[in-house]
Amino acid sequence: MVKIKINGNEYQADPSKTIIEAARENGISIPHFCWHPRLSVSGNCRMCLVEVEKSPKLVIACATKVADGMVINTKNERVEKAQNAVMEFILINHPLDCPICDEAGECKLQDYSYKYDKGVSRFEEEKVRKPKRVELGPNVMLDVERCIMCSRCVRFCDEIAGKPQLVFSNRGDHVELTTAPGEKLDTPYSMNVIELCPVGALTSRDFRFKARVWEMSSTESICRGCARGCNMNIWVRNNEILRLTPRLNPEVNDYWMCDNGRLNTFKYVNSDQRIKSPMITKDGEMVETSWEEGIAYLVHKIQNFKKNEIAGIGSPFATNEDNYVFAKFMKQIIGTPHVDFSRHIVEGEEDNLLIRNDKTPNTLGAFEAGVYPSEKGYNFQQILKAIESKELKCIYVLCDDIAVAPEVRDALSKVDFLIVHSPIKNTLTAIADIVFPTATYAEKNGTFTNFQGRVQRIRPAIATAEMDRSSDGMSLSRWDKFGAQNDKWTKGNKLDVRPTWRILSSIANTINPKFRYNSAEEIFNELSSTIDSFKGLSYLKIGSKGAFLNKKTINEKKSIKVS
Amino acid sequence: MAQTKITRTSDLTFWQKLYIPEIIKGMKITIRQMFLPKFTRQYPEERWNPPASFRGRPVLVEENGKERCVACGLCSRVCPALAIEVQASETELNKERYPVKFEINMLRCIFCGLCEEACPEEAIVMSKEYELTFNNQEEAIFGKDKLLISKENLKERLEFLRQYR
Repeated sequence: MVKIKINGNEYQADPSKTIIEAARENGISIPHFCWHPRLSVSGNCRMCLVEVEKSPKLVIACATKVADGMVINTKNERVEKAQNAVMEFILINHPLDCPICDEAGECKLQDYSYKYDKGVSRFEEEKVRKPKRVELGPNVMLDVERCIMCSRCVRFCDEIAGKPQLVFSNRGDHVELTTAPGEKLDTPYSMNVIELCPVGALTSRDFRFKARVWEMSSTESICRGCARGCNMNIWVRNNEILRLTPRLNPEVNDYWMCDNGRLNTFKYVNSDQRIKSPMITKDGEMVETSWEEGIAYLVHKIQNFKKNEIAGIGSPFATNEDNYVFAKFMKQIIGTPHVDFSRHIVEGEEDNLLIRNDKTPNTLGAFEAGVYPSEKGYNFQQILKAIESKELKCIYVLCDDIAVAPEVRDALSKVDFLIVHSPIKNTLTAIADIVFPTATYAEKNGTFTNFQGRVQRIRPAIATAEMDRSSDGMSLSRWDKFGAQNDKWTKGNKLDVRPTWRILSSIANTINPKFRYNSAEEIFNELSSTIDSFKGLSYLKIGSKGAFLNKKTINEKKSIKVS
Repeated sequence: MAQTKITRTSDLTFWQKLYIPEIIKGMKITIRQMFLPKFTRQYPEERWNPPASFRGRPVLVEENGKERCVACGLCSRVCPALAIEVQASETELNKERYPVKFEINMLRCIFCGLCEEACPEEAIVMSKEYELTFNNQEEAIFGKDKLLISKENLKERLEFLRQYR
């Protein structure tokens, strides 16, 4: 450790650190465009110039190591003058595009213009014109004019994604970001360059012009795309999810998120295929019904079967809470030992960065929460066989479209009574006898357990019919806060769906009045007091970055290996 | 209940107590007004043409058959009454972006003109129109069909704004 002085205050710093890192650790921010904590230093934007005493010129904080006795000034007159000059220089060829630029509102260049620019330019010549609307890849749009040549995206592709797909061509003010001829920016992590880009040069093609960033609310959540459980934010306007962006968690996903997670895990929430009310099959046709009637019908029907004729299939897509209540309901209320869930493993998908073979967010959690066969109970494959042999006649399936596999579909269509929880219409609901519409991961509280054994919170970002954004403590946009009931943009589409644990709780409640839960947190507290691996955990402890399961108890259970 | 005693600063004089001279004084003013020039306008036959500085209902400027607006949403953000809703989309035109939906709820609008002030494209301006009547709430939400007014018809206001740029 060495002693340094920043702006007159003394600090201890690690001599392997650069000035910008040492300053950040002590809460002093130095403006920068090209520097990023996870990328190599390129030092080309010159925005981080600081004054080091006894050094004749200003030095760049991102590439200068701290040394013992270093006296650094980050905001005296000389530094401010340099910052003004750098800003004026960068803005020379930057178009005044802010009104049409998707980055506006979260743009580093925009923010720094307010903070470090004088607001006047001495440049009177024509700006250099470059191509706009360049489709850089399937998910990323490039506006070459807006690029300030910080090279963050180039370094990301080289160093993090491991695919050097981006490069600068030409010289001077004609420098252009480009891919090799015929090549595309198509790594599975290509969309991370959108957040990396400090300006609006790289923007999302999916989110393009959908909303301004200040119109949306953002909610901390967890990606359901694979067992990694990337931390992310859900951006919502008028009760519709518009985009997902990664949220920093150094121990899970760092700053990154894969394109598949960003694009393909939320669209079903907004889809018109959502189920709007409980449905019952009557005379071969699905008819809508009320919650009360649906539940009464189910309870009436289920009594026709013996304990051993019923099996429950949980879901690795459902939360720990849902699976816990399901396991408890099946094993204690129904009394069947046949409880398991289907695994979704795609071999060979895994890489060194984020993507996992296991395509569900909660495999470990579903198992730990109790969704496994009791003694003499059947596992998933055995349940399918037992259906064929008519030993099992009633199957209860949680939110998981297991019927996409033809052999599972064939087996399940032979069942006398098939109960399904599902947020959307799919192959499974098509053959079900009763369907309950459930809340998706974006509409409820709960926890997922990722492959590392880290329990992470999800929070409701979309309001359902029974929820109110402000009184339920959900994140609010300005529109949500100040809109009245009769405003078009506060109406949104609110579905009459319920979280799985609530549906199960209402069903079980009619059989055993003691079986009753009022919130996901109440279930989690029970779960953490009854199941060893969850011991000591609470929503408070999980917080926004997650907390680990009790590791010892996980390792003891060999049966966690996927079947 | 305690009685409160009313005290006058000065009592009425004898002539004031008579009332008749005071009535004559009042009638004088009334009768004089009858012979002075009239300010009353025979609305709606006779309409008022407000000056360029007048803030009537906000409208969108139409140029070459297309709106100038690029759907940046600043008017919507600055609107203190949350009257404006904009939905952007992509266009083949050079400006890249245009409002596929632009709605002003005229029941919310307070005619403050902040939208006009915030607009970076001079695309939303306050017009001279002040006659707004609706039969129901839905009717008061003006879409692009009612908001688009050609540039030629807004000349005065655009010139007025130019003085302050």
